[in-house]
Amino acid sequence: MAHADTHDHHDHKPTGIGRWLFATNHKDIGTMYMVFALVMFFIGGAMALGIRAELFKPGMQFFDPGFYNSLVTSHALVMIFGAVMPAFVGLANWMIPLQIGAPDMALPRMNNYSFWILPFAFTLLLSSFFTAGGGPAGGWTLYPPLSLQAGDSFPLTIFAIHMMGASSIMGAINVIVTILNMRAPGMSLLKLPLFCWTWLITAYLLIAVMPVLAGAVTMLLTDHYFGTSFFNPAGGGDPVMFQHIFWFFGHPEVYILILPAFGIVSEIIPTFSRKPLFGYDAMVYATASIAFLSFIVWAHHMFTVGMPLSGQMFFMMSTMLIAVPTGVKVFNWTTTMWKGSLSFEPPMLFALAFLFLFTIGGFSGLMLAIAPADFQYQDTYFVVAHFHYVLVPGAVFAIMAGVYYWLPKWTGHMYSMSLAKWHFWVSTVSVNVLFFPQHFLGLAGMPRRIPDYSTQFTDWNMVSSVGGFVFGFSQLLFVAVIWQSARGGAKASDKVWEGTDPAGLEWTLPSPAPYHSFETAPEIH
Amino acid sequence: MSGPRRHRPLIGRLLLFTAGSFAFGFALVPLYSVLCKVWDTGNRWYGTQTAQAAVIERPDADRVVTIEFIASIPHAGDWEFAPHATSMQVHPGKLYEATFHARNLTAAAVVAQAVPSIAPSSVARYFKKTECFCFKPQNFTAGESREMPIRFIVDPALPPDVDRITLSYSFFDLPQSAAAGR
Repeated sequence: MAHADTHDHHDHKPTGIGRWLFATNHKDIGTMYMVFALVMFFIGGAMALGIRAELFKPGMQFFDPGFYNSLVTSHALVMIFGAVMPAFVGLANWMIPLQIGAPDMALPRMNNYSFWILPFAFTLLLSSFFTAGGGPAGGWTLYPPLSLQAGDSFPLTIFAIHMMGASSIMGAINVIVTILNMRAPGMSLLKLPLFCWTWLITAYLLIAVMPVLAGAVTMLLTDHYFGTSFFNPAGGGDPVMFQHIFWFFGHPEVYILILPAFGIVSEIIPTFSRKPLFGYDAMVYATASIAFLSFIVWAHHMFTVGMPLSGQMFFMMSTMLIAVPTGVKVFNWTTTMWKGSLSFEPPMLFALAFLFLFTIGGFSGLMLAIAPADFQYQDTYFVVAHFHYVLVPGAVFAIMAGVYYWLPKWTGHMYSMSLAKWHFWVSTVSVNVLFFPQHFLGLAGMPRRIPDYSTQFTDWNMVSSVGGFVFGFSQLLFVAVIWQSARGGAKASDKVWEGTDPAGLEWTLPSPAPYHSFETAPEIH
Repeated sequence: MSGPRRHRPLIGRLLLFTAGSFAFGFALVPLYSVLCKVWDTGNRWYGTQTAQAAVIERPDADRVVTIEFIASIPHAGDWEFAPHATSMQVHPGKLYEATFHARNLTAAAVVAQAVPSIAPSSVARYFKKTECFCFKPQNFTAGESREMPIRFIVDPALPPDVDRITLSYSFFDLPQSAAAGR
C-alpha cells in the first residue's frame, strides 16, 4: 500500500468498510445512494409483482386482503422514498460537483448522515411487517381514521417517515449550499447546467414540504397516543383536514419526483441531437413556474371530499395551468431534436421514451384535473395508470437514462450497447403492456387498492400482470449492464460519447472521474 | 472566508426556512378553520354544534320540507343509537322536536359526543337548532339507555329548490383527555 500511497497520492482512497461507513467523498456517497435505490427498486418491485400475481385472476389467490393492503402501501412508500428519491440524490451527489466544477459537496459530513439514516429508516418500515397486525395497510397517503386503526406498524411507519424526511431535508440543504456557494468562477446562475437547475428548485421544494409531512404525521401520532383531536371529529377535529395538509405536501412531492428527471433529459437530448438545448432560459423559468404552481393545486387529489364549487373551479384551473410550462418543456425538447443529427444510444432511447410516455401520463393528468370528470375517475385504476405513467416511464426511465449517460464517466468503462438496448426495448414494450390496460380498467370502473375484482375485468388484468412480470425481470438486464461496466470493458474516453459534443464540465475530466476532482476550480468563460 | 465556515449564513437561513415550513404545517390547522368559514362549506359553521338565539316562529304552511335522520356509530359495537323516526315532514318557520335513542352496551361508564352533519352542506345555515344533545358531551352509566331530544326550525329563507334535508349524527366515544378539554 505504501507504494500506492507515494505514487497515487491524488487518488488516495480510504480502504475497507470504513471507506463506506465514514464516507465523505461525494462520489462514494453518490454510489451508495444509487446502490441503495437499486436495492429498494427491487424490494418495491417484488411487492409490485406480488400485487400483480394476486390480480392475475379474480378471486383470492395468494394473500389475505390485509397483507395485500400492506403490500400496496409499502410498495408506494418504498418506491417513492426508497427508490426514486435516493436515486435522484445519488445522481445529484455524483454530478452536481462535477457539473459546477466544485471539489465536493459543501457539507460532506452531513452528506454521510443523510445517507446512513436511510437504511435504518427502511429497516424500521419493513420490519413492521413482522409486528402484530402486519405492515402499514392504510395506503401510503395515511388517511385517518383508517391509518390510526393500524396495529403496531403505526409508530414504526411514522418514525420511518420522520427519518426519511430528515434525510431528504439534509440532502436538499446540501444541494442548495453546494450550488449557490461552490460554482466555479464565471459560472453565473444562467450558465448552470439544467440538471443543477432542476435540482436546485427540487431542493427548495423539499425543504418547503417535507417538514409539512413531518407535521402531518406528528399530528397522527399525537391523535393516536396522546388524545389530541386534530383529525378526530369527537374532539372537534376533521379527518378531511389531514387530506388537505397531506396533499399540500403531496403535490409538490410529485414534482420533487419529476423535476430532476426533466434536468437529466435536458442534458441528454442536446448531446445526441448534436445541437444546443433549445430555449435554455425558457426551460429554467418553466421549471420555476411548475414549482410555484405545485403549491396551489393540492386539492385536485380530493375533489370528491366535499368542497365549494369555487374551490373546485380554482383547483381545476390552477392544475390545468401547469400544462403550460410543462408544454413549454416538451416543445423545447422536441425543438432541440428538430433538424438535429440524431443518434440512438441507450441514454437517448430512454430519454425519448421518457418524452413520449411522460407526455401520455401528463395528458391523463389533464383528464383527471377536470373536476366534474374526476368524480368518475376518482379511486379507479385510471388514476393508477396515470401516476404510474409519469413515475415509471417518467421518473424511473429518466434515472435509467442518466445512469446510461454517465455510467462510463463513473466506471471508466463503456458498457455493452446491445445489452442496454435489449434492456430498453424489453422495458419499454412491457411497461406499456403493464400500465396501458389499466386505463381501460379504470374507465370501466375497477376501483384501486382491492385484492379481488369482478370478472369482467379479468382479461386486461391478465395482460397487465404479464407485462408486469416481463418488466420486473427485464430490470435484471439493467443490473447486468451496470455490473459489467463496473467490472471492466472497453476504456471510455474523457468525452465518452464520441461523435457528439456533450456540454458540461464533467466531460473535461478523465474517465473514470478521479476520486478528487476540481481541487483547483476551472475558469468559465 | 473558505471552508465550511463560509457556508454558515446560508445554512442558517435554510434551517430557518425548514423550521418555518414545519410551523406552517401546524398553522394549516387554524387556517383550515378560517378557510372553511370563508368558503362557506356550511356544516361546521352555521350553528350545527351550538344553540341558536331565540327564534321567532313564522310558519309557512304552504311549503313542506322532508327532514331525514341518520345515525351512525364510527366505532361499531359499543352503542345502540338510532332516531325514533327516520324522517318527518315539516313546514319552514315552525319549531319541531325529534328524539334519538341511545344505549350504552358496555359495562362501564362512557362519555359520548354526537357530531352532526347536514346534507346538502350549503343549506346548513338554514337549519337552526335551539336544543340538541350534540351541544355537549353525554354521560352514560354502564348499560344506561336514554331518549335524547333535538329541537329545530327550518329558516323560511331556505332556497326554493330544496325539499329535502338530511341530518346525520355520528356517535363517538369521547377520549378522557378530549372530554376534559371541552
